[in-house]
Amino acid sequence: MLCDVCGKNPATVHLTEIVDDQMNELHLCEECAREKSAQMEQKFGLSDLLAGMVDFEKVSADKEAESSQCPVCKLSYADFKKIGRLGCANCYVAFRNFLGPLLKRIHGSSQHLGKVPVKTTAKVSRKRINLQELRQKLQKAIESEAFEDAARLRDQIKEMESKEAVQQDPQETKKEDSNESR
Amino acid sequence: MKVDDLLEHISEWLRGTGPNSDIVISSRIRLARNLQDYSFPHWATKKQSEEVLENIIKAKDSLEYLKNSTVFRMAELDGVDKQFLVERHLMSHEHAQKKNSHAVIIDEDEIVSVMVNEEDHLRIQVMQSGFNLPEAWNIINKLDDALSAKFDFAFLPEWGYLTACPTNTGTGMRGSVMLHLPALVMTRQINRVLAAIAKLSFTTRGLYGEGTQATGNFFQISNQVSLGRSEAEILGNITGLIKQIIEQENQAREVLLSHSRTVLEDRVNRSFGILKNAYIISSQETVELLSMLRLGSDLGMIKNVDRSSINHLFISTQPAHLQKLEKKKFSAQERDVKRAEIIRNKLQL
Repeated sequence: MLCDVCGKNPATVHLTEIVDDQMNELHLCEECAREKSAQMEQKFGLSDLLAGMVDFEKVSADKEAESSQCPVCKLSYADFKKIGRLGCANCYVAFRNFLGPLLKRIHGSSQHLGKVPVKTTAKVSRKRINLQELRQKLQKAIESEAFEDAARLRDQIKEMESKEAVQQDPQETKKEDSNESR
Repeated sequence: MKVDDLLEHISEWLRGTGPNSDIVISSRIRLARNLQDYSFPHWATKKQSEEVLENIIKAKDSLEYLKNSTVFRMAELDGVDKQFLVERHLMSHEHAQKKNSHAVIIDEDEIVSVMVNEEDHLRIQVMQSGFNLPEAWNIINKLDDALSAKFDFAFLPEWGYLTACPTNTGTGMRGSVMLHLPALVMTRQINRVLAAIAKLSFTTRGLYGEGTQATGNFFQISNQVSLGRSEAEILGNITGLIKQIIEQENQAREVLLSHSRTVLEDRVNRSFGILKNAYIISSQETVELLSMLRLGSDLGMIKNVDRSSINHLFISTQPAHLQKLEKKKFSAQERDVKRAEIIRNKLQL
């Protein structure tokens, strides 16, 4: 088998990547694999490099990005680029189109798989929790190279996602929660 | 509890007990959390920050792990007090620069500390002596659940906990383990090990966290990625990595013992000699020499000084600790003289 990237040398490194819950298999020669790992290292940069990474994010709608502003805390995307810190929780919604790719660049993924706050757990639909569990199972299946299971789980996740309106507006959650807080 | 009361107490991270405590000094987990309805600290108004702090203070006594805790407001601490808390790893150096509504809440055992209005509204930290991430997780997970039952944390199902800096988004978790790796340094294997750690998207820092140099063969290793993996997976990855490093340090120690025993004994005993006899000594040199003394004690070359005394010297010779112990402000030169005196007294056998 030849390397997927250069197509010249024999592939000796086999990688399984998950991007957006899509499983990709990559077969690379040693040279291309080394280059890829160097790229990864750059991407997984330190917070100091963050501002640089945002710059690197040449979104086609660059002007739109510059002028967009969080309606709640009034931090602009240009402010964020300058200071590398967001202004409030709502910034994540206001800048979601730009933050999604950035998060993926920093963490190699943009899907939370960790714990959920106690208060929100009750609000998050059972469906969503199931989805979370399926994603974790998928991750495990891929790690243990149980690719048939992985493919089945991936289809199941896709089906569930298409049934559910995925985007959730935190403003809504906030209103629901407001009588409980403090 | 006053800051001075902590002087009598041995910091959790320096107890010198717990699993693998010859090589692993301490294990620490921190969680970054924010309240949904307030701007993040750097962007918040004074009033908002004060409200966040007030709300946390009001809630703390009803939380199991913070029942017997004390709130230290940055505005009320002097420079030495702040530095003292930084030296005890109870808060960050950055936090110590702040005033106004910035505070740190510390439980009486110094296991749990919560920085309020640092980079995020809450930076919850749990410290354990030795290699013990599971117990640290056990405590911090319960405390986090209790807090999240009281407060609306900023959270999105797809991106997890929302933090001021996107490098912490997701679990908001950083697990760190502090290691003492003198043999890997002496056998010049350390750069190879550190390069491998960096490749696996973990970071290495010095004794005092972000931006500090590794001194005295102490290295703090923590995860870089906080999104796309569960807490258990992240901690599992760190645990696996640390186990391998412990293994390598042990191998390097064996190599030194079998191939260069005399060189090793020479270095250990020279260090001991300087510590016992010096009249002027900087904190940097102290840490380096104590590191060798600790290795000597671990390997049975130094019999009459135990790990807890060495650990005690590590902390009591730090600049702010020294001034607190002597109840006096010293210039840097005066400190170097005083430090040497404290060490000589402690090591008089």
